[in-house]
Amino acid sequence: MAERTFRVWRGDKTGGQFVEYKIEIDKGMVVLDAIHRIQEQKASDLACRWNCKAGKCGSCSMEINGKPKLGCMTRMNSFKEDEVITIKPLKTFPIIKDLVTDVSWNYEQNKRIAPLKLPPRPKDGKYRMYQRDADRVQEFRKCIECYLCQNVCHVLRDQHKKDKFVGPRFMIRLASLEMHPLDTEDRIEKIKNEYGSGYCNITKCCTDVCPEHIHITDNGIIPLKERVVDRFFDPIAILLHKIFGKKKSS
Amino acid sequence: MDIKEIQTIDHDVLVVGAGGAGIRAAIECAQLGLNTGMISKSLLGKAHTVMAEGGAAAAMGNVDKRDNWKIHFRDTMRGGKFLNQWRMAELHAQQAPDRVRELEEWGAVFDRTPDGLINQRNFGGHRYPRLAHVGDRTGLEIIRTLQDFCIHKGIATHMECTGLDLLLDSGRVAGLVGYWRETGRFVIFRTKAVIFATGGGGRAWQVTSNSWEYTGDGLGMAYRAGAELMDLEFTQFHPTGMMWPPSVKGTLVTEGVRGEGGVLLNNKGERFMFKYIPQRFAAETADTIEEAERWVKGDKNARRPPELLTRDVVARAIKKEVEEGRGSPHGGAFLDIASRRPADFIKKKLPSMYHQFKELAEVDITKEPMEVGPTLHYFMGGIRVDADTQATTVPGLFACGECSAGMHGANRLGGNSLSDLLVFGKLAGIGARDYVKNVSQGKIDEGQATAVIRNATAPLNREEGPNPYTVQEDLQKTMQQLVGLIRSAAELQKALSEIERIKKDIEKVKAHAAPQYNPGWNAAIDLNNLIVTAQAVAMAALAREESRGGHTRIDFEGEREEGLTYNVILNKDPNGKMQLRKEPRQTPPKHLADIAYAKIEDLERQNG
Ligand SMILES: Cc1cc2nc3c(=O)[nH]c(=O)nc-3n(C[C@H](O)[C@H](O)[C@H](O)COP(=O)(O)OP(=O)(O)OC[C@H]3O[C@@H](n4cnc5c(N)ncnc54)[C@H](O)[C@@H]3O)c2cc1C
Ligand code: SF4
Ligand code: SF4
Ligand code: FES
Repeated sequence: MAERTFRVWRGDKTGGQFVEYKIEIDKGMVVLDAIHRIQEQKASDLACRWNCKAGKCGSCSMEINGKPKLGCMTRMNSFKEDEVITIKPLKTFPIIKDLVTDVSWNYEQNKRIAPLKLPPRPKDGKYRMYQRDADRVQEFRKCIECYLCQNVCHVLRDQHKKDKFVGPRFMIRLASLEMHPLDTEDRIEKIKNEYGSGYCNITKCCTDVCPEHIHITDNGIIPLKERVVDRFFDPIAILLHKIFGKKKSS
Repeated sequence: MDIKEIQTIDHDVLVVGAGGAGIRAAIECAQLGLNTGMISKSLLGKAHTVMAEGGAAAAMGNVDKRDNWKIHFRDTMRGGKFLNQWRMAELHAQQAPDRVRELEEWGAVFDRTPDGLINQRNFGGHRYPRLAHVGDRTGLEIIRTLQDFCIHKGIATHMECTGLDLLLDSGRVAGLVGYWRETGRFVIFRTKAVIFATGGGGRAWQVTSNSWEYTGDGLGMAYRAGAELMDLEFTQFHPTGMMWPPSVKGTLVTEGVRGEGGVLLNNKGERFMFKYIPQRFAAETADTIEEAERWVKGDKNARRPPELLTRDVVARAIKKEVEEGRGSPHGGAFLDIASRRPADFIKKKLPSMYHQFKELAEVDITKEPMEVGPTLHYFMGGIRVDADTQATTVPGLFACGECSAGMHGANRLGGNSLSDLLVFGKLAGIGARDYVKNVSQGKIDEGQATAVIRNATAPLNREEGPNPYTVQEDLQKTMQQLVGLIRSAAELQKALSEIERIKKDIEKVKAHAAPQYNPGWNAAIDLNNLIVTAQAVAMAALAREESRGGHTRIDFEGEREEGLTYNVILNKDPNGKMQLRKEPRQTPPKHLADIAYAKIEDLERQNG
């Protein structure tokens, strides 16, 4: 056991400040455990989201000593022994209270995206898809919707272009649909014109913070950008598309 | 307080809960043309279902063609120690394959077999590889698929909105009062029907795989509205929860580890499960390491390793080893996959387990064994429902998923929950539609609504009183110590008197500060349901004088014949007290009994 100092942002949309809490920490604790202990001992109304406590649900996103992280997967022994731990809510989304932000904008983006459209089932009722094709899509489907990537993307965080760009989370949602081996929907035009693929300038900050280690930029956004380029700037691709209605530049 | 000032929202049907069962039910209602609302305590996509790892059981026969619904049904009944509702187990086994395939159409990308079909994995108690899965994050795949699909169906999803209590009009459902976490303000839903899909009540124990949301809210609300609860004595302790560090004690280690070849060892390095094979499973379980190894390598003539026996058996075996001094340093057993599978294989098949141990316990499971022990995981019991419509005993109230009872009997097989959610979520939706067609909107009784709201705000208005977290911990300790994996009459009686004492604390509990997003206040409210749940489990456990599945009595060892003749039912008596009765079971339909007691070879021949 050792006493540690935490500075936790407390407040709501009208404003707030850091409040200091000193609590005992046991071996093996993570930051979320520390927050729970603060709730139990010092501030029962400290607002914080969590569910699984195992990095699976993406509820406990916060900024810990300046780094966007999952509170439940950040071990206390990853800090220096006398380091003060500063905890803030995600900056990119409006504050509700303390560490809780209003992430509803993300849910709105998802609604704008055309869902999967499969061809009719084969006669035996069983779709076929091979693992190597599934692998590509499954990487994106690991996403736990923690929105840490959305939080760091400078297009959303600093340039406030939420009306122009859906952000990295939904770029890989789009990638998972576009690269689905059986999908027949076409979203390329919208990826450029409505979802704002052009705003991403491949800084890869999103990839760096993804707790699921999804290669958001290399495997998701860049291939989508290539498809957009093929469609819009490659005259042959445009022609093929016009003649054969060919969907994907595979 | 003027009730007219409280926000009111109208729906034909309100689904309470947005896990797999809730979303599936809401989709069905919406597709059938109902004005459908759905509320959940957390954000959409964060419910318990997201945490499920191993897979969804459905006899598709993609990996082993000998499988069919009858064998799935037989496995389910045997796993449930024949106390399941026969019709529910039948519907489940028959409809699960279609529900899983439908998910694929809606966007789920399951792991594939070499010839491109949905892959299926082995799991405890399932005769054949039967669990459709995605690595060890199947629940995420399922909830995300349902979530992405449901947002295009015109369902009104009200997130972070907690249901408090039902409103009744002459005994039938007329609505529900809830509150928004964000503002702490109240809302009245005026609805013709309500579907509960609120999950279990694992938070009543200290060591559990369940999150803060699982406080038995559906059970509490249904009980207060007069519904019957059933089979509450059957609580599943999953044999493999994490044991160390203390902060993650109870966090689940998927059964998939054993399905992929992992073995359990005691501190002498012994594969102890061979010592604990129950008579009923002896004919189908390997009795030598040599045979178990052949099975792992894919020999179809070998029998299954004893590590894959049903959860109740494995959990008790671990407890016994620990009691006899052969436990691991932190009081569990060792689960070893490192010495049995190459590192790459482990990382591919069990990525989130790899991640979880690495990050939370600093253990590399490709190099070292894990330390594991029993953790409260699942409620077989819950709200009593009709098998075909999921209607409860309160008109207009339906229930599906973990909060309902009957499908799993005395013990649930791994993988049978995810499929249960899909099958009965859909049936609940149909059940609610059929009911709603013939009824008009009931009248909202202002008195009832006011009482619910007064009760909810009371903890904030008190001058002083016990801290909700302390009271919760008190209850958790009581349940952990006195209503655990192994039970006795003396301990259960003690638990019941402790519960009475804790009830008085709950009446006095004090929450600080304002109602806006206030976890302390939220926890105070949840206590009202947690205590109903705890009392129901303890009472039912005391009444069942035998050991069966997820219920083990040290003073009544083994299954008794009498135990098969009844289900334990609980409800509120006219004086507001919890009453218990043993409801006689119907004789099973002949066609189902024939399957359940058939020889496996006879069922296998019925394919093709
Ligand atoms: C770690 C873990 C791993 C598991 N692995 C597997 C597996 O591999 N295979 C398998 O078949 N099963 C597995 N299970 C079991 C399975 O995940 C659960 O039984 C199942 O997900 C329950 O689903 P549900 O839809 O009934 O409820 P849940 O998913 O539990 O959702 C309950 C919903 O109800 C809401 N709710 C609760 N109370 C209220 C209220 N008062 N007001 C409003 N909303 C409320 C919650 O917010 C939530 O949205 C696992 C469980 C855990 C914990
Ligand atoms: S790579 Fe693109 S999406 Fe990712 S953070 Fe940078 S700009 Fe945003
Ligand atoms: S892509 Fe990664 S960082 Fe972004 S929301 Fe998903 S899991 Fe979180
Ligand atoms: S609580 Fe689920 S990711 Fe942290």
